[in-house]
Amino acid sequence: MKHDIIELKNGIEKLAADLGPIQIMEVCGTHTFAVRRYGIGQLLPKNIRLVSGPGCPVCVTAQKDIAAALSIANEDDAIFTCFGDMLRVPCGDKSLYSLYESGKDVRMVTSPMDALAIAQRNPEKRVVYFGIGFETTAPLTAALIEAADNLKIDNLSVLSAHKTMPTAIRQLLKGGSKIDALLCPGHVAAITGADVFSFVADELGLPAAVSGFEPREIMTALFCIVSMLRNGEKNCVNAYPGAVTAGGNKNALSLLDKVFEPCDALWRGLGEIKGSGLKIRARYQKFDAARQFEIRREEIPEAKGCICARVLCGKNVPTDCANFGKTCTPEKPLGACMVSSEGACAAYYRYRGDE
Amino acid sequence: MNNMCLAIPGKIIEIKDGTAQIDYGGVTKSASLRLFPNARPGEYALVHAGFVIQILDKDEGGELDALIDEVMGHNLQP
Repeated sequence: MKHDIIELKNGIEKLAADLGPIQIMEVCGTHTFAVRRYGIGQLLPKNIRLVSGPGCPVCVTAQKDIAAALSIANEDDAIFTCFGDMLRVPCGDKSLYSLYESGKDVRMVTSPMDALAIAQRNPEKRVVYFGIGFETTAPLTAALIEAADNLKIDNLSVLSAHKTMPTAIRQLLKGGSKIDALLCPGHVAAITGADVFSFVADELGLPAAVSGFEPREIMTALFCIVSMLRNGEKNCVNAYPGAVTAGGNKNALSLLDKVFEPCDALWRGLGEIKGSGLKIRARYQKFDAARQFEIRREEIPEAKGCICARVLCGKNVPTDCANFGKTCTPEKPLGACMVSSEGACAAYYRYRGDE
Repeated sequence: MNNMCLAIPGKIIEIKDGTAQIDYGGVTKSASLRLFPNARPGEYALVHAGFVIQILDKDEGGELDALIDEVMGHNLQP
């Protein structure tokens, strides 16, 4: 990439000069964070607005799935493991963290393989890993299950709330959306390949670009998008070619397919989307926590006034919420989008000032 | 590593039994090669939660630069 940010900024300004108001959705939580952190919004002309989409894995995890996690973590012989962000998502008056405080064995991991080591060290306990996230993270969970199978570990299982990105984007943008273009998630595409997102152009008729996460990479992708908008082109450009190929990571995709199969999944904000989830295949069912535990998936309502669901669909920005920064802060979050560092509300709170 | 879909680049310095030692500018950590078995020492890897998910190709991008040059040339002449 040889063009610098100022060149790209000036280019985007000129290209966008005759365009009306444009809304570009970034569908990756890490993009949401990077866009705020680097002040990308301030580099764009007034008629171009970036809107966050359903790309924060913690945020889109449905209350029912968190209730299921809580019900497992409550079992006396369980060790419940998950990524750190998930611990503090409120579910009614509880969270995984509040269970930890009350003495339950809930542990934060930084890799799914940590759960395997915990299972080996604690043969008398049932160790559960909470699988959340999209195509970037799901193959890692598949690798965990494969390794547990190879090593004949019988006290480890996975509660899968994994989701796939393209199906959700299609659902969100197919009918009556006000989104003009899509900034596609670079690390999802590193696994799936850029071609997975060509439907955005071909079916939905929107320009799209797969983007990296450095400021210059994001500005490059935005330049490509604005250029297409100006010229009336509808393509999906791979603007992260150093890390993303057309076909993706074949090893990861075949492992994903070996361990998981598509299922219907419930998303916070988007509701149930057919075929957008990943469940463990019958061959590996002994590693499926949904079969190993009697799970209570209670319907726990969102906190009063919380608009996370609308924020995740790009219908509202976090500052539209009456709770934002008042009763809902990263220290004491009411809604999921304020918990995760990838959540739109947390990113808006941390980097306020370019509304 | 809080961000779930964020992968971090580092240089592979050693490979042994399907595990790579990755140097992140001074800090060395291991990562599984299960998802990218063909990686080689000296290459730059994209690492996510303990796994190499891609090898970075620094020479890619010429096509993208050319595309941007073309747009800048055609659309943005003063």
